[in-house]
Amino acid sequence: MSALTNPRARAWLGFALGAVVLFAAAPALLTDFRLSLLAKYLCFAIVAVGIGLAWGRGGLLTLGQGVFFGLGGYAMAMHLKLADAGEGNMPDFMELYGQLDELPSWWAPFANPVFALAATVLLPMLVAFGLGSLVFRRRVRGAYFAILSQALAAAMVILLIGQQGTTGGTNGLTDIEGFFGYDLDDPVNQRMVYFIIAGVLLALLALTRQLMNSRYGELLVAVRDSENRVRFLGYNPANVKLVAYVVAAGMAGLAGALFVPAVGIISPALIGIVPSIEFVIGVAVGGRAALLGPVLGAVAVAWAKTALSERFPGTWTYLQGAMFVLVVAFLPGGLASLWGMVKRRREAAPPAPESTERVLVKEVAA
Amino acid sequence: MTVILGQLFTGVSIGAVLLLIALGLALTFGQMNVINMAHGEFIMAGAYTTYVLQQTITDAGLSLLVALPIAFAVAGAMGVLLEWALIRRLYTRPLDTLLVTWGVSLMLQQLARDVFGAPNVQTKAPDILTESTSLGADLSIANSRLFILGLVVLAVAALTAALKFTPLGRRIRAVVQNRDLAAVSGIPTARVDRLTFFIGSGLAGVAGVALTLLGPIGPTMGTNIIIDAFLVVVVGGIGQLKGSVIVAFVLGMLQAMVEYLTTLSVAKVIVFIAIVAFLQWRPQGLFTLRTRSLA
Repeated sequence: MSALTNPRARAWLGFALGAVVLFAAAPALLTDFRLSLLAKYLCFAIVAVGIGLAWGRGGLLTLGQGVFFGLGGYAMAMHLKLADAGEGNMPDFMELYGQLDELPSWWAPFANPVFALAATVLLPMLVAFGLGSLVFRRRVRGAYFAILSQALAAAMVILLIGQQGTTGGTNGLTDIEGFFGYDLDDPVNQRMVYFIIAGVLLALLALTRQLMNSRYGELLVAVRDSENRVRFLGYNPANVKLVAYVVAAGMAGLAGALFVPAVGIISPALIGIVPSIEFVIGVAVGGRAALLGPVLGAVAVAWAKTALSERFPGTWTYLQGAMFVLVVAFLPGGLASLWGMVKRRREAAPPAPESTERVLVKEVAA
Repeated sequence: MTVILGQLFTGVSIGAVLLLIALGLALTFGQMNVINMAHGEFIMAGAYTTYVLQQTITDAGLSLLVALPIAFAVAGAMGVLLEWALIRRLYTRPLDTLLVTWGVSLMLQQLARDVFGAPNVQTKAPDILTESTSLGADLSIANSRLFILGLVVLAVAALTAALKFTPLGRRIRAVVQNRDLAAVSGIPTARVDRLTFFIGSGLAGVAGVALTLLGPIGPTMGTNIIIDAFLVVVVGGIGQLKGSVIVAFVLGMLQAMVEYLTTLSVAKVIVFIAIVAFLQWRPQGLFTLRTRSLA
C-alpha cells in the first residue's frame, strides 16, 4: 500500500502506466487511422500542459497559444517544404502564385534542419518573452492580458493571410511529404511520428511536474493567489509569470512542430482566435491546476469533437458552448476536482482530523 | 490634399464604427469589470433584428428607423438575461466570466446558424443612404458613413447626458467610483448593475443595426469585431467614456493612415504593436479613475 501513498512512487507508477498505454496499448489496439488521430490529439495535449502551467498554476489566461503553436508549426513546415522541394528549388505554392523570382530571404535559414528545429521552440519563446516582459513588467494583468494575447492571435492570422505569396495565405503550408528523409505516406513512418509525439508528451509532463513541485512552482501559485504579497516578500512577480508564459509558449511551439508531420498541414485556421480558445476549453474541462487534468481534458475534448462534429456539426457547437458555461461557472477545478471531492467525502465519514500539511496541499491543488 | 482629406474621413468613419461597437462595452466592462465576450453576438442580434423587420416592413427607410429602438430592446433583454443567469454569479472571477460568456457566444452563433442559415444575409439600405455626398472636386463621402457618424455622436451625447444628469446615471457613477460606499448609502447595486447591463447590451444592438449598412449579416460577424472593441476599451481606460471616444478615433485614423501607406494586414499588426507600446506608457489606459488600490 505504501507505493500508493508515497507521492514519488505514485508519480513513477503513473509515468509507467502512461508509457504502457501510449507505447504499447494504443499502437496495439488502434488502427493506423485512429492512431494518427491520437497523434494529433496528443499534440493538443502538449499545448494543454503549457496552458495548465500558465493558467492553472500562474493565473495567466492566455488566449493566444495558437500563435506559438503556429510559429512552431510554420517553422517546421517551412523546413519540410524546402526539403521536399530539394536544394535550390522553391516550395511548390510559391511557384504556383508566381509572384516571386527567388526564395524570400527570411525563408532561407529554414533550409538548415538544425536551425529549423531550434526555431520551432526558440521562436515562440522569444515572442512570448518579448510580449511578456513588456506586459508583465507594467503590471498589465488579468483580463487585460487575456485580451492582449487574443489580439496577438488575431494579428498573426491577419498577417499570415495577407502575405499569401510567402506564407501560403489561407491555405497555409500543405502537402508535406517527407519528414527528415522519411516518407510520411508510409504508415510505418506515421507510427514513428506518433511515438515521437508520445515520448515528447511524457518528457514534458515529467519536466512540468518537477517545475510544479519546485520552489518556483510554489512561487507561481503564490503569485496567482496574491501577487502583492509576493511583491512585498521581495520577489518580482513579473519574472515569475514570465517564466511560466515562456515555458508554455515553448511547449506550444514544440506541439505545433510535431503537429505538422502528424497531420501534414499548418494553416491560419488552425492557429487563430477560435482554435486558441479551444486549447483552453480542454484544460478547463480536465482541471486547470492538475498535472494530468489538461492532458486528459484536451484529448477527451478533441476526441469528442471528431466523434460528434462528423455526424452532428451543429450539436457539437452547442455542446462546446455548454461545456464552457457549465465547467467554468460551476466546476472551476474541472473533472480533476471531482476526484478530490469524492475522496474528501469518503474521508469525511470517519471524522479523522486532517493534518494541516495535507489541507495546504489540497488548497494549492484546488 | 484631397487624398489626405479622404484618408482623414476614412479614419473618422473607421473610428465611428469602432466607437459604436465599443460604447456598450465601455459601459459594461467599465462599470462592472465584466468581460462579456457575447457582446459581439448582441451586435449580431441587432443586425438580424433589422433583417427580420425588413422582411415584415418592406420600406427600407422606415424599417431601419424602427429597428433602432427594437434592436436596443432585443439586445438589452438578452444582456439582462445573461447577467441574471450567469454573470452575477461570477462577479469575483472576471477571467472565468470571459470564458463563460465565450461559451454563450458560441451557442448564440449556432442558434443564428440554425434559425437564419449559415450563409450571410443582406438588408437593403434606403436609397438616400446608398448615395454619397460630394465635397469639392473629387472627394465624396458615402451617406451611410455619415449616418453612422451621426448615430455615434447621438449615442455618445445621449449616454453622457444620461450618466451626468439622470438619477440612474448618478447611481451608476457612484457604483463605478466606490461600490461598497454606494451600497452602504442605500443604492441597490445589483439593480444598478442589471440596468447598466441592459443599456450596454442595448447599445450593442444599435451598433448591429448600423453595421447592416456596411456589410452582410452573418453568424460569425460578432467574433470579427469584438477584439477591436475590447482593445478600444482597454486602451481608453475603464470607468469613463471619454477615453474610449478618443482612442476609437485615434485608432481609426492610425489604421486608415498605415493602411494607405502599406496594406490592411500590415496595418492591423502595426496598430497592435502601437497598442502594446502605449500600454507600456499607460498600463491602465488613457484615463483612469484614481483609487488607492494597489495596482
